[in-house]
Amino acid sequence: MLLIECPHCGPRNETEYHYGGEAHVPYPQDPFQLTDQQWAEYLFYRSNPKGLIAERWVHSAGCRRWFNAVRDTVTYEVKAVYRVGDPRPSLDDHPAQTTTSTTSSTSTTGTSSTTPTGGTS
Amino acid sequence: MAEQILTDIRPLRRSPLADLTDLMAQASVTGERGVRLREIPFLNMVGIRVQPGSDAAQNVTSVVGLPLPSGHGQVTGDTDTAAILWQGPDEFLLVSPDALAAEIGPPGARRGLPDDAAAPADAARVALAGGVASRPATDSAAGPAGGADQENLGAAPTLSTHPLTQELSRAMAGHKQRSHVVDLSANRTTLELSGPSARAVLEKGCPLDLHPRVFGPGTAVSTTLGLVQVLLWQTDEQTWRIMPRSSFAVYIAQWLMDAMTEFASQEVA
Repeated sequence: MLLIECPHCGPRNETEYHYGGEAHVPYPQDPFQLTDQQWAEYLFYRSNPKGLIAERWVHSAGCRRWFNAVRDTVTYEVKAVYRVGDPRPSLDDHPAQTTTSTTSSTSTTGTSSTTPTGGTS
Repeated sequence: MAEQILTDIRPLRRSPLADLTDLMAQASVTGERGVRLREIPFLNMVGIRVQPGSDAAQNVTSVVGLPLPSGHGQVTGDTDTAAILWQGPDEFLLVSPDALAAEIGPPGARRGLPDDAAAPADAARVALAGGVASRPATDSAAGPAGGADQENLGAAPTLSTHPLTQELSRAMAGHKQRSHVVDLSANRTTLELSGPSARAVLEKGCPLDLHPRVFGPGTAVSTTLGLVQVLLWQTDEQTWRIMPRSSFAVYIAQWLMDAMTEFASQEVA
């Protein structure tokens, strides 16, 4: 059971939340310009890092608000929570996470390069 | 015609737990390990969404006469008149007694009411009269022409018969800021669990820490009990209100009755 800290309600059990997939996946500025493959990559391809990942969660049994959380996929530890619209907090200064966070940022770059028309995160 | 139908809906309405009233009374336990369960049906509940600090929030405060709770778990007001529960950063739930029971009531019932219960009923009747008077304006604004030269006061007519809801709705109508007032009375019903063992019963199925050092009277949170989402509101040292959605009410009542069973017998040493 994960203990996730809602930005509004404080720490609550995982069962009160629902998962919303990876955060900061930019919607293509002009989806009609994408090839089928690029569209499929926008829809289905995620960074899947070993280490830190930014995810969307909704506190469905509590305040029913969406927020973002940075979670370590190795330890399941939730490192940070922040509100939707806020930038992903930089956690690179964590000594034990140096390798994994590099992997994570590389993968994120890889995802956004599949949308050549760019977008906003 | 419609007015006549709406003047007395008491014989028509039926609470979600009407069938379980006797069972809940039978399951209640007295004594030092006691715990009692009952339904408080037909409480008036109004969903309010406003940005705290805005003019709309000020409107709510002046109509209800209570400040908005400022954060998670907080409640302003009391169970006898009205209370506002924090639901989210811009979302609140106003809970007040069933005005219809006090307002119309069975013949002779009003005489038996204590003074403090009669006072809100009087206020309610005044507000109700205002609500009827404003109805023609609401109808004309809702017409295809959009009303004559009237200000769009009927932008958000409420179907609620509760005077406080009507008053709130009128106060918010035409407001430029984003806000809404919705009668949610039928959304949830209310169970009251009380007694020395009430907390022990809840702790069997609620993931939150309900110990007095964390949770206390005047705290209300949205959480889960058993398998479903409920509002949990501690109104007194040993009294809790559990507000499940109506369709989950039977499940919650039966879950609670089951959890209460062990307190009817001696504690196993």
